[in-house]
Amino acid sequence: MHAVRCVAVAVFRESVRDRVFYNLVLFAVLLVGGSILIGQLTAGQDVKIIKDLALTATSVFGLFVAIFVGINLVSKEVDRRSIYPLLAKPVRRSEFIVGKFFGLLLTLLVNVVVMTVALYAVLFYLSRGVPPNVQQAWDAPALDPALLKAIALIYVDLSVVTALAVFFSSYSSPMLSAAFTLGLYLVGQFNADLKRFDQIVSSPVAIAIGKACYYVLPDFARFDVKLAVVHGLPVSAGYVAYTALYAAVYIVALLLGAILIFSRRDFK
Amino acid sequence: MSRIAGRTATAVAAALFLAAAVALHAAQDARFPSLSVDRPELLYVRSGETMKRLALDYDGAVADLYWIRALQHFGRERLSPPDHVRTYALLYPLLDLTTTLDPYFTIAYRFGAIFLGETYPGGPGRPDLAIALLRKGLSVQPQKWQYMQDLGFVYYWHLQDYRTAAEWFRRASEVPGAPTWMGPLAAVTLAEGGHRGASRSLWQQIAKSEEPWLRDSAAQRLAQLDAMDAIDQLEARVRDYQRLHPGVSLTWDQLRAAGYLPGVPLDPTGTPFVLTPEGTVTVSKQSSLWPLPGQVRQ
Repeated sequence: MHAVRCVAVAVFRESVRDRVFYNLVLFAVLLVGGSILIGQLTAGQDVKIIKDLALTATSVFGLFVAIFVGINLVSKEVDRRSIYPLLAKPVRRSEFIVGKFFGLLLTLLVNVVVMTVALYAVLFYLSRGVPPNVQQAWDAPALDPALLKAIALIYVDLSVVTALAVFFSSYSSPMLSAAFTLGLYLVGQFNADLKRFDQIVSSPVAIAIGKACYYVLPDFARFDVKLAVVHGLPVSAGYVAYTALYAAVYIVALLLGAILIFSRRDFK
Repeated sequence: MSRIAGRTATAVAAALFLAAAVALHAAQDARFPSLSVDRPELLYVRSGETMKRLALDYDGAVADLYWIRALQHFGRERLSPPDHVRTYALLYPLLDLTTTLDPYFTIAYRFGAIFLGETYPGGPGRPDLAIALLRKGLSVQPQKWQYMQDLGFVYYWHLQDYRTAAEWFRRASEVPGAPTWMGPLAAVTLAEGGHRGASRSLWQQIAKSEEPWLRDSAAQRLAQLDAMDAIDQLEARVRDYQRLHPGVSLTWDQLRAAGYLPGVPLDPTGTPFVLTPEGTVTVSKQSSLWPLPGQVRQ
């Protein structure tokens, strides 16, 4: 456990050194700029649009960090040959992989928390002085705590993407890892189509393959409750918990796969 | 040269070159002004379902972009110079895309219906599309009384179909949470549809809405009703004048000189009313109240 913590902290420090958190500046500029401009462009929908914008930016920026930092987590150590002294230390390969994963999760957590605070600050600023009767017409209050459900699921979504990136990074080049991770992310968005494959094809084999892919591939569409939360539609705590559990199980499977592959790699 | 001096010189040189680029850009603008071309707006993807897939998880944010585009398209067409043929061709496709991407985007249905129903040239004059948009909203949220109310307005104001309007108001009144005045409104519409007094009470209710854009729309309608009242009074005086001076081509100056009017009459926006030589009074095309409901589409 100590080794995992050390690797994770090292990944977090490296992220700071690599200026990963510069994306927060861009996020702040986008949000503040948006809040100034949008009010004049959107016929009174500024709160709704700021929520959409911030949740989208949190997801997109996090996705970039998860993929482009994640794919380098293992391969960079191999390319730099820093893996040799590392593995000579009392660090098991499994601890190395798990540590790398949690290190990036920590980076993403800091990212998401800062973005969340910034979002609530901007929403507070926008809703200040708005008459209560106008606020009543909004689908959801400006400082709606339910936004946290969408943000939590964005973080869960990013955790699965990170696990995918670490998995592919454990055996392939950064370029290929990026392509695989992004590809699976896109496929995971349209997963529901695979379930409905029987409406398009008649071959029982093709239908069975479609169904199998539906269950095996990560269903990223399940993590998206942004629209529901922005419109004040109910998202049950049970749904959030169940989706997080699904993600956790999927992540464990991916990390075990990554550990298996990485343990068999020969670095001679 | 010391290192600091070298860096300073480089920074100053970079700033100077940037300033020179800015100056050249400004000079180019002055020397070769860009041609003003009335370019048609393009909408590359018209299928909401296709765009929903392209938008991945970010359909809410993409819907916002299309909503902003719909507002800009409407504004640009409405405020375009007289030589531009206003078509509002992209208005419905943009609103359809917006509401397919975000089916709960209430304002896109409600404001969109107002835009679409607006009589030409202030809008495309397509109440049929306004109805289609609101029905699409109702298919997603069947208990949204606001959409039923808006459907009632479209039938009432643009189509003068008071029976259908009353039916929508009645259905809205039966939805839990609908305002208490909705039921009486249905009854008044059925009994007095087409009467200006009924229209006025209808828009006065809307003017109390919490939505600023809805209040603005109601204020515009109420101003139009005021203008119609004023036109009735003016036409009565014109008829009095015509009785005493038959066959005369009419102007405001003649009526004023004869003591029928204190001056050129103005509509509620401050624009002079128009008097035709035959004695018909109407709002000017320059007035934001033009065209009044029922005026011929031109």
